[in-house]
Amino acid sequence: MKYSLAPLTYCWDKASVFDYYQAMSETKIDCVYLGEVICSRRRELKFNDYLELAHMLKAKGKQVFLSSMTLIESQSEITELTRLVNNGEFAIEANDMAAVHLASQAKVPFVCGPAINLYNRSSIDLMHNLGMTRFVMPYELSQKWLENVLRDNKPTFETEVFGYGYMPLAHSARCFTAKHHQQPKLDCKIVCQQYPKGLLTQTQESQPLLRLNGIQTQSAARLNLIDQIPVMAQIGVDYWRLSPSSISDIELINQITASDLTQLASIPPENDTANECNGYWFSKPGMEIQ
Amino acid sequence: MELLCPAGNLASLKAAFNAGADAVYLGLKNDTNARSFAGLNFSPSQMAQANKLAKQQNRKLFLTLNTFPKPGEESRWYEAIDLAADLHLDAVICADISLLDYASRHYPSLPLHLSVQASATNVAALSFYKQQFNIERAVLPRVLSIKQVRDLAKVSPVDLEVFAFGSLCIMAEGRCHLSSYVTGQSPNTGGSCSPANHVRWQDQGSKKLTRLNEVLIDTTSQNEQLGYPVVCKGRYQTNENMTADYMLESPTSLNTMSLIPQLANAGIRSLKIEGRQRSPAYVTQVTQVWRQAIDAYLRSPESFVQQLAQNHQWHAALDKVSEGQITTLGAYERQWQ
Repeated sequence: MKYSLAPLTYCWDKASVFDYYQAMSETKIDCVYLGEVICSRRRELKFNDYLELAHMLKAKGKQVFLSSMTLIESQSEITELTRLVNNGEFAIEANDMAAVHLASQAKVPFVCGPAINLYNRSSIDLMHNLGMTRFVMPYELSQKWLENVLRDNKPTFETEVFGYGYMPLAHSARCFTAKHHQQPKLDCKIVCQQYPKGLLTQTQESQPLLRLNGIQTQSAARLNLIDQIPVMAQIGVDYWRLSPSSISDIELINQITASDLTQLASIPPENDTANECNGYWFSKPGMEIQ
Repeated sequence: MELLCPAGNLASLKAAFNAGADAVYLGLKNDTNARSFAGLNFSPSQMAQANKLAKQQNRKLFLTLNTFPKPGEESRWYEAIDLAADLHLDAVICADISLLDYASRHYPSLPLHLSVQASATNVAALSFYKQQFNIERAVLPRVLSIKQVRDLAKVSPVDLEVFAFGSLCIMAEGRCHLSSYVTGQSPNTGGSCSPANHVRWQDQGSKKLTRLNEVLIDTTSQNEQLGYPVVCKGRYQTNENMTADYMLESPTSLNTMSLIPQLANAGIRSLKIEGRQRSPAYVTQVTQVWRQAIDAYLRSPESFVQQLAQNHQWHAALDKVSEGQITTLGAYERQWQ
């Protein structure tokens, strides 16, 4: 099994982002996805900053992809996307069909991120024909689903599964963090930066439910499929994906990459085990834990 | 501008045509569409009957196939496309690329509309679907402002359809996992959003608790108007503020009637009314009002704003069938965002 790092979904300050990737570059993680995927108003890091990080990580032997925005709504965002696709060096992670279109036209290899709706083998194969080299399973699908997809004929594209972190569940035009601060989105003052792990939202019975992250809504519970890595390896998953949420990810990555497949199940949970989930993988509601 | 109305059964379809719909969209009685509620939708023979009625009245009929086929079960979706082609329906509304591929290869003359579940919000995404599958039209997700809709319409390679009235989905459609996160059922795979069998209302003294798969979505007083319990319209709290609040959206409906002139000027091809799960009475009510409003605009575009302001009956009729009896322009309006 190889390991990958999902694009950072939170709005951290530039120094923290650089520190994080510097530390990550020293780990044995195989692949890193980089870029702003949530909101074009977040400008802590510019395109050239991401390129600098990409070069640094590549020099340390990491495979690097530049990730596209998930929700693309304006011509200026298309212009940015075109710049990303035409970077001349790195393949991209497409998180919207716009990125698929531009990458396939420019003959730039691309990964279909989990926000691209690929729910059956015929659709995945169509993407492969257009230049997709790797497929990341959509969040809400299961082990059984993946077995069905990979069983009949072994694909020539790679397969990746989101295995650890807070799951992106939805994207809206509305910025929920700005709304919480009673600020209009156009004058949001990037309040999402105050929430380095999103804004935890609970039911009126204090049950954690959602994690508001600007225009994105995430799961309050953290997906943890570390113990399923051996199962995934057997099915034919090539990459296991971890989504960044704090600098302590480094420690976890070191533990995982230092373990062989038989030792993974015994990795102790980091903390807050009461707030973990794995339901989707077992064909259950995503928030459940089996 | 076409007025496109929903039909959950033949009675609604007749109601829509009688009230002045130019076109109606419907789904089959299975998981090939994202409104697979019990007792709803059409058998193949009912669809043939609906098609006959539409053709007799010179109206249009679209088949909604807006779910993503499960691996190994694609044949049900392909059969639905075959059926639509055999009946010469006016369009099939699809989101999944394998279905668009199947339809465009086997039936090049069957018009394809890109479903809102495909979540195409920009010119590059629309160009992808046009180039690969020759789609004729796309339904826009409810995430664009009116300015963004106008800008997109200028460069779009295909006709555009927008949501005009009905339940307000605040997330980019087709990419929302809130229902499957809580209930396990996903609109993308043929379950509906917040399936009714997971909803439970519980009396607790003077309060009414609304639960979705036992998760508390909202607490209301006994006489408060209740919206349909979806995760995005619940009241929640944070550690900073333990007072429950609508942190995403309150129970409201979308009503874009005031935007008719701007949508017409932008060249929007079709105005879609949401609500295949609603009754024939709802379909009649909403279709009648929108027919009158569109006709009033076409007769006299310059006086439409004034007519709209003065026509209290239109407002009252639509408010009555709106969630929480409140309507909004939603994402079309920058302020809402």
